[in-house]
Amino acid sequence: MIRVTLPRFARFEAWRAAARDLASARIPPGGVIWADPDMPSDLFGAEPLPRRGPHQVRATQDFLQLARQVASHSDPERWSLLYAALMRAQTDRRFLSNPADPMLDRLSRMAKSVRRDIHKMHAFVRFHELPSDGPRRRFAAWFEPEHLILEAGTPFFARRFADMDWLIATPEGVARFTGGAIDYAPPEPRPHLPDDHSHDLWQTYFANIFNPARIKTQAMRSEMPLKYWKNLPETRLIPDMLADAPRRVQAMREAGASTAPAFAPKVTARIRQPISEASPATLADAGTQAARCTRCELCHAATQTVWGEGAPDAFLMIVGEAPGDHEDLQGRPFVGPAGQLLRKTMAETGLDSERIWLTNAVKHFRFTPRGRRRLHQSPDGSHIQHCRWWLDLERRLIAPRLTLALGATAAYALTGSRKPLTPRRGRIERGLDGGPVLITWHPSLILRLPSDRARTALAEFRADLGLAANHIA
Amino acid sequence: MGRLTLQQKLAILSDAAKYDASCASSGTTRRDSRSGGIGSAGGTGICHAYTPDGRCISLLKILMTNFCIYDCAYCINRVSSNVERARFSPEEVVTLTLEFYRRNMIEGLFLSSGIIRSPDQTMGDMVRIARMLRVDHGFKGYIHLKTIPDAAPDLVAEAGLYADRLSVNIELPQDASLRHLAPEKRPETIRATMADVRLKREAAKDRSHTGRRPPRFAPAGQSTQMIVGADQATDRDILKTSANLYSGYRLKRVYYSAFSPIPDASAALPLIKPPLMREHRLYQADWLMRFYGFEADEIGAAHPSGNLDLAIDPKLAWALANRAHFPVNVARASREMLLRVPGFGTRTVARILSARRNGPVRYGDLLRMGAIMSKAQPFVTLPDWSPGALTDSAGLRARFAPPPEQLSLF
Repeated sequence: MIRVTLPRFARFEAWRAAARDLASARIPPGGVIWADPDMPSDLFGAEPLPRRGPHQVRATQDFLQLARQVASHSDPERWSLLYAALMRAQTDRRFLSNPADPMLDRLSRMAKSVRRDIHKMHAFVRFHELPSDGPRRRFAAWFEPEHLILEAGTPFFARRFADMDWLIATPEGVARFTGGAIDYAPPEPRPHLPDDHSHDLWQTYFANIFNPARIKTQAMRSEMPLKYWKNLPETRLIPDMLADAPRRVQAMREAGASTAPAFAPKVTARIRQPISEASPATLADAGTQAARCTRCELCHAATQTVWGEGAPDAFLMIVGEAPGDHEDLQGRPFVGPAGQLLRKTMAETGLDSERIWLTNAVKHFRFTPRGRRRLHQSPDGSHIQHCRWWLDLERRLIAPRLTLALGATAAYALTGSRKPLTPRRGRIERGLDGGPVLITWHPSLILRLPSDRARTALAEFRADLGLAANHIA
Repeated sequence: MGRLTLQQKLAILSDAAKYDASCASSGTTRRDSRSGGIGSAGGTGICHAYTPDGRCISLLKILMTNFCIYDCAYCINRVSSNVERARFSPEEVVTLTLEFYRRNMIEGLFLSSGIIRSPDQTMGDMVRIARMLRVDHGFKGYIHLKTIPDAAPDLVAEAGLYADRLSVNIELPQDASLRHLAPEKRPETIRATMADVRLKREAAKDRSHTGRRPPRFAPAGQSTQMIVGADQATDRDILKTSANLYSGYRLKRVYYSAFSPIPDASAALPLIKPPLMREHRLYQADWLMRFYGFEADEIGAAHPSGNLDLAIDPKLAWALANRAHFPVNVARASREMLLRVPGFGTRTVARILSARRNGPVRYGDLLRMGAIMSKAQPFVTLPDWSPGALTDSAGLRARFAPPPEQLSLF
């Protein structure tokens, strides 16, 4: 029987070196006793570690990572389990990628338990401030983890609390961080932790952040297991908090609704902005009112009303269908891909966007959510009907010489006709309010068409914009 | 009234903050204090304590002040409430945060506030506290700032430079309820604030033409909260609103908060027992939307009332209402379909996919891999298991639903 005694700290590296030598000599798992430093020696007549054998020893990164975690487990059998797994992996590597394998399952559970314990250490260590005569503040904590995680768990604190000196004492040993490096030492008696005013404040916080009308102790017990409570001072408050909760809830119920202080209505009257019922006299007023429009149901899902923009005395008004995803988020019309095509074509045909009013037949975005995306939907007849109120208002206040309708929705909203667009494109029709309406493609159609047809449509679109430019010149 | 001590202020302003459910501290940029300052962040979130209400304490969650000029009926801090008022100085917030942090009690600060004087004034003070922590003290921990809707865009822009997370609460699942119960708030400006945060986050990810990356903006994203049970919205309405918010503003989380009685209540809302089970089911449904490929309508349609079945979880309820899809052959089913099997979580499914490459997966293997087979049984076939008539049996729901119990009044 070969006996390998592992040191108190840097255990995993020592196990790894010994296991490599043993496995290279193909020493079977049953032929090795792995001992921790506190175990009595000479239980059996111990053979020394053999010389490195002839066989190559392989271990994947995943296995080493798993083994490193299992090495912190408190189960004394962990070393022989790991060695058995290492030996098995020399001939059967596949089991390490099979979650259904019982050996991998056991090791994975041990590793998970260690990770959880480390996580709880990061959560439940509580430092107390110690007096300091140097420039760095000093803190100390006592913690009792389930596993041997002092070395695995403390580098976290070194990264987090680099500007202070601290020590964490555990039954396994003591980690001291002074001046930027951690030292590990064998166990010492539990340190004296002086009173710390911040702990009183912490208890005040703990008691007051608790809502007595919600009692759900199961979540608390599973995430903050009882075994950690003895070193968490705030848990001493829990029995009283729970005992007092029914009384507090009863008191709320009996008190019922309160009487508002006299100044309250004066404060809210000053900041409430009632919705004006009067018909707006300017485009700016109309935009303010439209921002709070609830005429149809689209406002509930869309972000905001996308009001028109441009010159209030524009000769040309360009009307699209409805805002899309980009317009909805930015609150401005024609800023998405179709809008960029429109703005580019306008520039090419000599239409100055500063002298034009850009708007949509419907002022809210309509969509269906699909996972993380919003799929555009065309507005239906009722949306167009409801929103015509705003479109008519814009047309009255701007009184453009010509209106350009982009696509079928705008053409319908402006002329009332749903006839197919192809024969109407490039012609001027009489709008519902009597004004001339030039009909053309919607730029989003051009973006959707296959490239040969898109070229034709774009040429027609450009020609129509040119026609509009001549008309208002 | 004499001057309040720090301890008294802390009691008032943490009591005032406890109705906000959010406490996440995960998913931000990785950083630590080895090159100066204090603190670290960027790994998994850490919950440093739990209170008996089932909520974790990860951050110091406080209001800067509970003075407020708004009159939201559901809120204890509304102007018409007689609750005791207090206000922290910025230095007090900074000191509390750093001293709790150094004792390893918190991951950072979640700062919210009542609206004082104006949204800009309030947001400006909050941003100042975040700036003091980040710039003056080199604080590397987590900061979550509540964004005040209607605050000036440049204040929001500055907030995003210091905060890991920004949030603005949608408050209620339906616009009409918000207009009714919170007359000073406007749903469209709340959504516009969320849209603005999303756009700023995206802009901060684009490199400029010089190839330089702009400073990160709210790297842990944005979240929101909805109060459940204060209005008549069904769970289906709530989930639809969530789906809109997730798809529109790339939210990391929507928090659901069971409407809870408050001291000094408003007459506009009844004092009810908080619907904790409903809240729990909504979180489960939310998870199904985000990680299991379910759409809001599928989950909401499982019950004709539009509400989730409180007795069984929403995935099981969906499976029971859509039994034609089952049983699923575990050896061959797609990942998407495996995710729809009750009792299989995302990790179990990942394990099944790698285990079945190594050979047949049997009943005992699934148990070992974490599947809850008592739930999955009727919905799967395995080499050594077949549900037979169980899948379509009339009494299947009764096997899972707990026996009805007398409802307790309050």
